[in-house]
Order: sequence, then C-alpha cells, then structure tokens
Amino acid sequence: MLQLYDAQLRSRLLLGTARYPSPTILTEAVKASGAEIVTVSLRRESGGERAGQGFWSIIRDLGVRILPNTAGCHSVKEAVTTAHMGREVFGTSWVKLEVIGEDETLQPDVFGLVEAARILCQEGFEVFPYTTEDLIVTERLLEAGCRVLMPWGSPIGSGRGLNNLFGLKALRARFPEVPLVLDAGIGVPSHAAQALELGFDAVLINTAVSQARDPAAMAAAFAQAVAAGRAAYEAGPMEPRDLAVPSTPVIGKAFLG
Amino acid sequence: MHILVNGSSREIRAADLSAALEELGYGGAVVATAVNGEFVAAVARPTARLSDGDRIEVLAPMQGG
Repeated sequence: MLQLYDAQLRSRLLLGTARYPSPTILTEAVKASGAEIVTVSLRRESGGERAGQGFWSIIRDLGVRILPNTAGCHSVKEAVTTAHMGREVFGTSWVKLEVIGEDETLQPDVFGLVEAARILCQEGFEVFPYTTEDLIVTERLLEAGCRVLMPWGSPIGSGRGLNNLFGLKALRARFPEVPLVLDAGIGVPSHAAQALELGFDAVLINTAVSQARDPAAMAAAFAQAVAAGRAAYEAGPMEPRDLAVPSTPVIGKAFLG
Repeated sequence: MHILVNGSSREIRAADLSAALEELGYGGAVVATAVNGEFVAAVARPTARLSDGDRIEVLAPMQGG
C-alpha cells in the first residue's frame, strides 16, 4: 500500500484532469487508470457560463481523492492565496504546490517553493511540492514540513521521460523513507515503469494520457506499467554490468571443435 | 459602483461581496473569492464591504495537471 500523508492507497498512479478531448473521455480515462487521486485546478469562473460547476460535478461523481494544484502561480503570494482558495472549494488540506520560475521549461522556482511550503505547512496544509531532484532543496522542503515530494522527470508536458537518471537515483537513495511521486514529463508507460523500478513510490501522469489517440486505453496501459514497475522494484532488479556473463553454464559443455 | 470582476469592468449595486456574487450570477455556485489579491473565505463574504475600483477574483474548479 502507498501512504501519502494519512491516505492509504492501492494505486500508485495519480492522474491529471487537463486537456482531454471531452468530459466523457476524462471520466473513462480515470476509471481505466484505477487512479485514486486526481489533480484539479482553479480558474476564473464566468457568472453566465459557470463552466467550472459542471466540471466539479463530474469530478465529484468519480469518488476519488482530490489534489488541487497551484499551477500557473509565479510568486509565493499567488501560490499561497490559490492554496487557500483551493482548500475552501475542494474541502481538502492537500495541495500540489507549484511555484513556476520560468515559462519555457515551467521549471519550479525552488526558492519560492520552499518559502511557500513553509507558510502552508504552518497553516496546516499537507503539501505536495512540485520540485526538482536537487538534494538540498529537498532537505529544505522536508524541514519546512513536507512529508511527500513530487520531483520532476522532465519539463511538464514534454513527454521526455526521466531526464536526469543519476540525479533521480541519488534523490531516491538519499531520502529512502520519503514518499516520492514522480511528476511531469512522462510520455509513455515505459517511463512510468522505469520510475517505479527505481523505487519511486508513484507517478503523476496527465498529458501522456489526455493527448493519446485513445486516452482510456493509454490510461489502462499506464496502470499496467506502474504495477509492473513496482512489482519489479519489490522483486529486486539485478545490477547492470559492462561485460557479458554467460547465462548458460559453461561447465560440461561438449568439446566439438 | 465600478469594480473589476475577473479582469472585466462591471457596474454593481451590491455593497458587499456576498450580494455582489448574487448580482453577478454566481448564486449557489461553488467558487472561491479574492478581493484585491487577498483571499476572502465564504463565511466572510457578507461582511466584506466593497469599494469603488476593487478587483474581485471569482474562481471555480477547473481541469488541472
């Protein structure tokens, strides 16, 4: 079982709700993924259209846990205010904390992130910080009170997979007890399997599912990859080596030369 | 009075945030609010007095990653 704060979860796949072709396909994808947590956001609502009300109704009917994000926030104040608004609307103290530092890569502003995390943890939020693989930033986030981390694989929506394998392995090794949810940049199920094989506790996927030709089928594929990756991690993968080692015993081989 | 609602200029009669939301068509909607960049909780809306030129943000659940 995966534990994120006080929640016990069977699924190690978290799913984003953005960029699906339709609300029906979003619903099908969430069900096919087996995800027990979905991420959501807050945006301006028009008094006439009230588009957000319909979306919220669909999400509530799914019966999954909600992880509100602070996507698009570029300052500590924006992120903290958005977190407060999300807590009221969604009725949860969970927040996926994003403080974006740069628009081309959507790289986290880790300095603002630590500051915002400290404020929100003190205010009773359970913070899931979207961060990099930097070890010192991770230490600061843990000191601030975060008990789950969401390091990036590669830039949001890029589909490039795990860009810095060495850094991610070092992060896993340095903080073996902290739940790590690999977030952002996963493009195909093999990327997700790789993250789980390395010992990451879970992955958050959005674009790779929502932009697939068949999002529900891709969600199911990711669910299998995540389960396989975790099973492989628990089974203890072999260590890679540079030279060949014959798998068939050499002793007893006939001399036929 | 003249205020900005989600970046758009609006003229309203209401004097507090709760009444303004009703007047602007948000009655009964699940929304979060901020005035001039500061979060205003739902319970505080009836006592949140508005002034000419205030900037109101009205946010609702939306797709997110």
